Amino acid sequence: MIAVVQFGGSNCDRDAVQALEQLGYTAERVWHEDGLPADTDGIVLPGGFSYGDYLRAGAMAAQSPIMADIREHERRGVPVLGVCNGAQIGSESGLTPGAFTTNERARFQCEHVHLRVENAETPWTRRFEQGAVISLPIAHGEGRFEITEERLATLRANDRVLFRYCDPNGNVTDGANPNGSTDNIAGVLGDRDTTAVLMPHPERATLPSRRQAGTDGQGILHGFSERTTVIE
Amino acid sequence: MSLSPSDYQLVVSEIDRDPTPAEEALFENLWSEHCAYRSSWPLLSAFDSDGPQVVIGPGDDAGVVELSEDVYLTLGIESHNHPSYVDPYDGAATGVGGIVRDTLSMGAYPIALTDSLYFGSFDQEHPQYLFEGVVEGIADYGNSIGVPTVGGSVAFHPSYEGNPLVNVACVGLVTDDRLVTAEAQEPGNALVIVGNATGRDGLGGASFASEDLGDDAATEDRPAVQVGDPYAEKLLIEANEQFIDEGLIESARDLGAAGLGGASSELVAKGGYGAEIELTNVHQREPNMNALEILLAESQERICYEVAPENVERVAEIADRFDLGCSAIGTVTEGNYVCTFEGETVVDVSATFLGDGAPTEVLESTEPTTPTEPSLPEISLREAFESVLSSPNTAKKRWVYRQYDHEVGNRTLVRPGDDSAVLAIDACDDETGIAISAGADPNWTEADPYLGATAVGLEVATNLASKGATPLAAVDCLNGGNPEKPDVYGGFKGIIDGLAESCSELSIPVVGGNVSLYNDSSSGPIAPTPTICMVGVTDGFETPPAGLPANTETASLCVVGDPTIAGTARGALGGSEYLAQLGGEDTFPDPSEGTDPGAFIETLSEVATEAHVQAVHDVSHGGLAVALAEMVTDERGISATIGGPAHERLFNERAGRTVVATTDPDAVTDAFDGVAPVATVGETTDDGALTVHTDADELVYDATTISDLRNVLEAELE
Repeated sequence: MIAVVQFGGSNCDRDAVQALEQLGYTAERVWHEDGLPADTDGIVLPGGFSYGDYLRAGAMAAQSPIMADIREHERRGVPVLGVCNGAQIGSESGLTPGAFTTNERARFQCEHVHLRVENAETPWTRRFEQGAVISLPIAHGEGRFEITEERLATLRANDRVLFRYCDPNGNVTDGANPNGSTDNIAGVLGDRDTTAVLMPHPERATLPSRRQAGTDGQGILHGFSERTTVIE
Repeated sequence: MSLSPSDYQLVVSEIDRDPTPAEEALFENLWSEHCAYRSSWPLLSAFDSDGPQVVIGPGDDAGVVELSEDVYLTLGIESHNHPSYVDPYDGAATGVGGIVRDTLSMGAYPIALTDSLYFGSFDQEHPQYLFEGVVEGIADYGNSIGVPTVGGSVAFHPSYEGNPLVNVACVGLVTDDRLVTAEAQEPGNALVIVGNATGRDGLGGASFASEDLGDDAATEDRPAVQVGDPYAEKLLIEANEQFIDEGLIESARDLGAAGLGGASSELVAKGGYGAEIELTNVHQREPNMNALEILLAESQERICYEVAPENVERVAEIADRFDLGCSAIGTVTEGNYVCTFEGETVVDVSATFLGDGAPTEVLESTEPTTPTEPSLPEISLREAFESVLSSPNTAKKRWVYRQYDHEVGNRTLVRPGDDSAVLAIDACDDETGIAISAGADPNWTEADPYLGATAVGLEVATNLASKGATPLAAVDCLNGGNPEKPDVYGGFKGIIDGLAESCSELSIPVVGGNVSLYNDSSSGPIAPTPTICMVGVTDGFETPPAGLPANTETASLCVVGDPTIAGTARGALGGSEYLAQLGGEDTFPDPSEGTDPGAFIETLSEVATEAHVQAVHDVSHGGLAVALAEMVTDERGISATIGGPAHERLFNERAGRTVVATTDPDAVTDAFDGVAPVATVGETTDDGALTVHTDADELVYDATTISDLRNVLEAELE
């Protein structure tokens, strides 16, 4: 069962469950105070505004007791995917490198972007070709990925970058960077390939009937097909 | 402001004593124009709110209509005009919060918001400041609570200089078994407040909304504006869902204008009951609040629930789970509406008298004057085209909707920037979608309140039908100036009658609404503004785009519903962006002249989804010239010929017209035979440019130039 962790202020939890179910997975919303159910074999940190994002986005949720449980599962290779606010929680809690901060324009942005697949050897990207261009929606005000030069070099050397914002032809340009992210980075891996975060919303581009949004999100959510059951 | 001497006398003669200070304040607020619709109520009977699809009509927190068996939509609309002038960010944000709670209190889950915004001239500093603040306030609140803002409208007009309008509508989804009303069910049940703690914010908001805005309003009235807490609202959405899941709620009402006193008295009055409430039971944020403050504070994110005694504990548990305050404040009774404070009675009056006792009156009105003879500017066609296309009113609104999360909820099939938004409703068994469109045009209703308002109704319906949707129901937000001025009241009466006439003609029930008067400042009254938010049903998820799709064969361009091209009517320019930009006056085009609007909408919604149709785009603001320009893309262009008097044919804003790009123009002509005129004016091209041949001049603009001309909001604000 994939646990979609609902914090107060999460708002993409229902959408994530719907998208995962559409792909044939069993998924459930799990209220953060209730802890992870015993049969959890995948975890989604969904989008939204946890605790209103009244402090830094994701900062409060990152301190929530359930995070210890999530870290424990993560260490055992249970796939963890953070989307949007979930990505912010992921970086605030140290599951993934870097930080997400206020967009360059300092405004919320809801639009569709193109992403280039930078590493097609992970559960989240295996269904795409290396260098493939996919299209996903973004909806965030604090999605600018920031990281020091030194750590960026390590990210690159270890192939930890999943997606970079690009133009429709796959060129990674300033013009295609919606929020001023360092090196156009839209999504990164944690220490394990089974842990990933990204600002764009794969769950909003999964249902075939939503034709304007496309279905490029399916390949990412299928990362959960490689999930492992926790053995106590 | 205090209770007027005549109202005071009325109260005294009813209750047979002098009212207590708390009672007097309650009457002052609940009998205000904002709450009691004193000078609009007699006019509102013009609206038709019946239909087989109507489950709950006007009078509850939101209207309810049936979408398919046991699947209902709730529709509500609210104005937050005065607060948005005083504090644009918080004023607009709390407007969103209020209409969302009106949806929750019906047991529904909010699935879409629209915002119709009206500001003074865009080239002035202050309206721009208000515009930026209002959009940011809506974005931050709506985005946080996870309700997509999928549509709306933005208009700039000098009459809104000292008094902007923010009209927010919400669509909710509810099934038959979850529906809750604001009608108290049974004496003995508990009244429970769930949500934020009550503080001293927003005191006297209802009476503040019932006066003209003074020049010093921005500083003087700030205490009357509430501050929103979208996090609490989101928690309230979740708690409300669980209350309804577990069947814990007997009735519910949002705490809005006049706070606890308003919501609790209205709820019990609707059921024909009274209440006993101990005000100190209300969970409070500030120490030493007195009875009047607890009763009337407009602290946000609170709902009053009627709960059976055995369920009170469970409601409190759920509220606690979501970190929300919860207090059982009293019970529903058979008697009066009674409030005590530390055991001492501070209010003891009939709830019905409090709710319905305000006298209503038809005020003196004068018929608005409308131009009879055209007086038109002398200008070249190119200059006119560029001036109209680059007006902030016809400009791209991407700068606005890019800041709104318009996809959360995963229902959005057609995003903003099209004629209507379209949402998938998976709760229905088959592929059923709903199209949503909202707006009004101050130029139209200023030129001719009555005809302008009929045009607004027809235009919004045309937006739906252009997506292949059949209109289902509407809610309206009627904004006017000071009703005590006969000419203002006359114009206000005009927009009500016009909108009502249009909706009746189109068989669209108006299931709810809101009235906002006293939108008057030192820069004068606003143009009477009849915002309508309309919802339609699509059969299937496939809808034609407004812009020409890439990789398509050459198609013919049919203009439907335009008697001026056929030469059977003059293209009257009254109310057009053309005159607003270039000066002059003209009569307003009667949209029903020469066509049958009802049959036009019905036929268009059928034709729009036929296989031969590539694109459909409604013709409205800026006229045919702007509609054609908006259809052009980098890949696909248009070559059209418009004979006869070019200016009036290209720029008149007669409502009830649409452009259909089709590979089978005969099928379009046949479908509209006897319904509306169809003129084939040209065809699509592969040069990505707009070319319009006229007797006077030729317009040639490529897609990039058109896009640049229409980019004025972003160019100025980014």
